[in-house]
Amino acid sequence: MEMSNAHVLKKEIKQFKVDLVERAGSEGALIYLLQSAQESYGYIPEKVIHYIGEVVGIPAAEIYGVITFYSQFRLRPLGKYVIKICEGTACHVNNGKTILRALQDELGITVGETTEDGLFSLQSVACLGCCSLAPVMMINDETHGSLTANKVKKILKGYREDGLTDSSGT
Amino acid sequence: MTEIRVGLGTCGISAGGRAVFDAFEQVVGSSREGISLCETGCMGMCYEEVLVEIVENGNRYLYGRVTPEKARDIFEHHVRNKQPVDEWIIKNRVNSEREAFFEKQRRIVLRHCGHIDPGSIDDYLANGGYRAIQKVLKEMSPEDVIECIKNSGLRGRGGGGFPTGLKWQFARQASGKKKYVICNADEGDPGAFMDRSVLEGDPHSVIEGMMIAATAIGADEGYIYVRAEYPKAVRRLRNAIDQCQERGFLGRGIFGSTHDFSIKIKEGAGAFVCGEETALIASIEGKRGVPRLRPPFPAHQGLWGRPTNINNVETFANIPWIVMNGYETFAGMGTEKSKGTKVFALAGKIVRSGLAEIPMGMTINEIVFDVGGGIRNGKEFKAVQMGGPSGGCIPASMGDLKIDYDEITRTGAIMGSGGLIVLDEDTCMVDLAKFFLTFTQNESCGKCTFCRIGTKRMLEILERITDGEGREEDLALLEDLAEKIKSSSLCGLGQTAPNPVLTTLKYFRSEYEAHIREKKCPAHTCKALIEYRIDPELCTGCTLCAKKCPVQAIEGETKAPHRVVQDKCIRCGLCFDVCPRGAVVRI
Repeated sequence: MEMSNAHVLKKEIKQFKVDLVERAGSEGALIYLLQSAQESYGYIPEKVIHYIGEVVGIPAAEIYGVITFYSQFRLRPLGKYVIKICEGTACHVNNGKTILRALQDELGITVGETTEDGLFSLQSVACLGCCSLAPVMMINDETHGSLTANKVKKILKGYREDGLTDSSGT
Repeated sequence: MTEIRVGLGTCGISAGGRAVFDAFEQVVGSSREGISLCETGCMGMCYEEVLVEIVENGNRYLYGRVTPEKARDIFEHHVRNKQPVDEWIIKNRVNSEREAFFEKQRRIVLRHCGHIDPGSIDDYLANGGYRAIQKVLKEMSPEDVIECIKNSGLRGRGGGGFPTGLKWQFARQASGKKKYVICNADEGDPGAFMDRSVLEGDPHSVIEGMMIAATAIGADEGYIYVRAEYPKAVRRLRNAIDQCQERGFLGRGIFGSTHDFSIKIKEGAGAFVCGEETALIASIEGKRGVPRLRPPFPAHQGLWGRPTNINNVETFANIPWIVMNGYETFAGMGTEKSKGTKVFALAGKIVRSGLAEIPMGMTINEIVFDVGGGIRNGKEFKAVQMGGPSGGCIPASMGDLKIDYDEITRTGAIMGSGGLIVLDEDTCMVDLAKFFLTFTQNESCGKCTFCRIGTKRMLEILERITDGEGREEDLALLEDLAEKIKSSSLCGLGQTAPNPVLTTLKYFRSEYEAHIREKKCPAHTCKALIEYRIDPELCTGCTLCAKKCPVQAIEGETKAPHRVVQDKCIRCGLCFDVCPRGAVVRI
């Protein structure tokens, strides 16, 4: 997983390094740089924290403080498909808990974990903002609405098939 | 010329809009010219997605619940053979009450949403876009603009309700050469999607509003702080800003004037507290988004210590309309102290969920029943929740309450940014209060002790109550903690965090008491307090419930009454939902 990603992400890492050089001096660039690093590596490796710290002149401890403050940043790699289950009000009153349970049963992981095959990570978010489609989840950039436990199974099946064919194809 | 517009907001896409768009693209591609296919933003009727609009010689036909198959039929019959497919057109449906969704609305902020192609600056220009800023640059002094906004009576749509014109005046009068304008698009309330829809459906109107604010206060740099969870909104904004730069609408000397203005996008990294203006500023500066004491207010010392004006997405989207149509028209709508319109995101147990813009002064009943079409499945209307985790529940008995900042505040709820969740008899108010407190407890930045620890203690009490272990003195303890959290927190998050608990205690106290004294959940929601049983008289032994039960907790022979094994039952309610005879009872 790490190896193949390293190859694919070479371009992005280059982009991150360009960003780092270009934006290092500009005010308030830290969050942007962390976002760029995460985009490149899939997460924020410890080495990168020190690296950014040296270039922009902010202590690593302070950068760590910023990373842990915002829910977007993660210190561990994620699965190929990131499932964000909405815990907003509309989803809550429309039985969102059942959907979460279906996801957990189907994937065998709980919120915050990644499946062993590296395909899925499960996260919960406060609100995805498409309440009229409650209950809702997002897989990578795709939103899936009006979910039922059965629909969840079908959707996951589709991703699983895509995920497996993708990796055997390359 | 025939135009086919497919609603591709986030709601449209999740309902399968892309497949519909692709289906049209295929058939249009093989057809002759004179037909254009484009995507548009959220039309507001999320309950009818996927929506497709066919515009022909000025006539508009709106199709609802379109599938790729229907798309091909619509193309064949309507576009090619000029025979509209009546049964799928929303306005022609048997029940014309569907039309009522729009009838009572007044669209100012959403004037372009769903009607123009948000990816095209030319479409915006063709619909009167960027005329307000040119009028401001040519004909109005900064003072004129501020006076106009002050007279319009526009108040901050992010929820605070502070007069916008006054805010601008403070920033204008603040000393300092360098000033900033910030658009707060960190829409974080669970249950709210107004700003997302505006940014996705009409990004240029927000940019134009920011340009006008910048001209009025003398700022040359702007930031849009938008949630990274709204990828589509971010893309649309970037595209809109690029287009503006190409045309010279942004950058040096905008529209050929002497005024410089540029806009940068900052993607929020996921922290609810960053919706608070001082926390938002800290976040743009690249720090942890922790609020600070005010004063000094951002108007005097904001971003990087310079005077800064922050307004919400909806507030900015109102500005160009007010400049073009005059403050009198705007002030002519609404109540004495709340002018204009308010966009609400209707969701929950309502028939027509979606985005509705209503004139201030309309009653809650009108919104729920006339615009929203009433409660789903014929259930009873219990309450509305307004203002998200900072707001509260207003009971159905107060349905005549007018939408007005001050009237809503008097109930203990707040206008908030526009989330309006409709609740029915099946919603447990204690559970709902717990839900919101879980949210604020998670999102507390931890700076103020009472917000950090007090909300945790309140949450523990609520968990105890919903688990059937509540104590008689718990309600007094909740109220005591709530008062202390409100009075000793620095920012709006803590000051309002107890509101969901306080309003439900005020209006639905008996529900709390039933949980504590009788160990019963009147809405049958709290799992520790309910039990499913099968009525042997009604059960025919069809085995449907036993098949559906995820934990095999239902026993019984075929064609003989079944029973629930309570030790195994996880109280998911599936058996209750699937029983065709109503033999499963919940007690």
